Amino acid sequence: MLEIKNLHANIEGKEILKGVNLTVKAGEVHAIMGPNGSGKSTLAQVLAGRDTYEVTQGEIIVDGENIMELAPEERAARGMFLAFQYPVEIPGVRNNYFLKTALNAVRKSRGEKELDAMEFLKIVKERMKILKIDESFMNRSVNEGFSGGEKKRNEILQMAILDPKICVMDETDSGLDIDALRIVAGGVNALRGPNRSMVVITHYQRLLNYIVPDVVHVFVDGKIIKTGDKSLALELEKEGYAEVNG
Amino acid sequence: MPGVAAYEKAFSDLEPGLRQAGPGWLHELRRTGIDRFRALGFPSLRDEEWRFTRTRPIAEVDFAPAGEGRTPADASITAQTFDDSGCLRLVLVNGRCATDIGAAKLPAGVRVMSLANAMAERPDRVRTLLNRGVRMEDQQFAALNTAFLADGVYIELTDNAVLDRPIHIVHVADVSGAPAMLHPRLVIHAGRSSEGKIIESYIATSESQYFTNVVTEIVCEENASLYHRKIQTESPKAFHVSLQHATLAANSRYATLGVTMGGSLVRNDVHAILDGEGIDARIDGLYLASGRQHVDNHTFIRHAKPHCHSFELYKGILDGHARGVFNGRINVDQDAQKTDAKQENNCVLLSDDARINSNPQLEIFADDVKCTHGATIGKMDEEAMFYLRSRGIPANEARDIMVYAFASEVFERIDIEPLRVRLEANLFEWLNRSRAARAASE
Repeated sequence: MLEIKNLHANIEGKEILKGVNLTVKAGEVHAIMGPNGSGKSTLAQVLAGRDTYEVTQGEIIVDGENIMELAPEERAARGMFLAFQYPVEIPGVRNNYFLKTALNAVRKSRGEKELDAMEFLKIVKERMKILKIDESFMNRSVNEGFSGGEKKRNEILQMAILDPKICVMDETDSGLDIDALRIVAGGVNALRGPNRSMVVITHYQRLLNYIVPDVVHVFVDGKIIKTGDKSLALELEKEGYAEVNG
Repeated sequence: MPGVAAYEKAFSDLEPGLRQAGPGWLHELRRTGIDRFRALGFPSLRDEEWRFTRTRPIAEVDFAPAGEGRTPADASITAQTFDDSGCLRLVLVNGRCATDIGAAKLPAGVRVMSLANAMAERPDRVRTLLNRGVRMEDQQFAALNTAFLADGVYIELTDNAVLDRPIHIVHVADVSGAPAMLHPRLVIHAGRSSEGKIIESYIATSESQYFTNVVTEIVCEENASLYHRKIQTESPKAFHVSLQHATLAANSRYATLGVTMGGSLVRNDVHAILDGEGIDARIDGLYLASGRQHVDNHTFIRHAKPHCHSFELYKGILDGHARGVFNGRINVDQDAQKTDAKQENNCVLLSDDARINSNPQLEIFADDVKCTHGATIGKMDEEAMFYLRSRGIPANEARDIMVYAFASEVFERIDIEPLRVRLEANLFEWLNRSRAARAASE
């Protein structure tokens, strides 16, 4: 499970996160909703260990261990996964190679046996089917020339393959049409389980019709200002953030 | 007695023997070579073509002409180059042909032999081809190569001949003890509508100091197709200076690609003269340098006639205190309308102390052409690094993947599978070595 305690972070001297507190128990799905520029994506990046942000205070605790000083790959080894808002294009690296290297790196760090090409392919093909991803995808460069929907599906595919304990999804729904949204949400729902914690960051209530959260948080100006159940999301949709804030 | 005088002495010591080797005109050519080299001396930084490359490290060593050397076992050549079982292999040791492919293995209309034999058997033919691409009036090292011209490789594809297997020319430097110099000469003539693939590998049997000074002259006649790859993994103490000059006739296709990994000081001049319409020329390169290696690539493409296409892609990966130089000159004559020329040099610096000087030079005298050039110099893309690491891939491995991805565009240009696989493995070995060197220096 994930605990964030009084998290403060700066970029170039400007404070973006102003004391975030959040506890996500195993098996729970939390939604974080907030306006643009409120710091939601910063929170996601800081959780994954992006070093362009300077954490000035606070702790991020995964299963009782403070991961604040750990490198991104060490966090991944402990089960942290971030689905990027803007997945990075890496020309020249094939998805097949990328996914296999990532999975084996994570398995190695967990003390599990590394998979050979055949074993790997079996795992990937099953997951690809759920996300309706064409097999030709494996020979394409990572995210290069992908449509918005393909990029987001690729993020969820990686999540499904790496089997993380904590899934942070940063605006995974943005830019998706309803069909793509259904597929992505289906992929996410298939991963819900008693041992996994999920944090779904979104701008739109629409996503939460497909991924139904246990808890909804309102995130404004670098911190969580209100917490409720899924009805809070509907309230936000109707009233807007200013009303909730006020 | 280093400097020009050492070469003069070596020349006069060798002269009685050289005079006997080959026809009289050839020896006159050698004499012109040494005279020109004496007059020009070593290039200095004031020389426009050598602004960023000091030749003093070469001039300071007293190189003696290389002895015969020993031919490595077949398996050890394979280990140092690639699985070339699909190729016809020809081995040169210290600049002299040490093996023979044998006419029986060659298709009709294809001659592959030592240059020494060619000069004995076909002196008139060789005479018309030799030094066509060399300007001794201002090319110091080519003049020097000409002075010591004794052997090398002669490849002739007669009209319509098709080489069914690639020729793999292995240049072995077997130097022990005193520093030695090698001046091989390659003459490649592809006749009308002929087709062939040639791969050159430069390897050494030890980490000794020596000086390879090679000149390769290529002619593609009308509608010929020539594919050339050069892989240089010389000793880390070696000096490697090369001039590769191609003259291309109408509708010919020429693709050359040079990979530089070895040598302490390397200078490659790759020239292509597009002297006919409808030519397609591809000139690519990949250079890896670390420690205090210095790698200088100078390319020159001249579009002399209309409707030609040239594409040039050089990629460099520099680590440690390595220094890279790229100078890409494209000249489009007034007559060369509808030229389509593209040049790119991309370089990634893995350390703060590595340096690259990148200089595109477009000289365009025609008014209806498409010419573009681009140069990028960068560090590792931090965002992509973070992306890979966030998926559990350790920082070192993520960096290797990024470097590999950077180089892959050049690797994709190598369609001889075992060679490409070997070069990819070489890159990862190189990355491991350069990482170990960095760890040791920290």
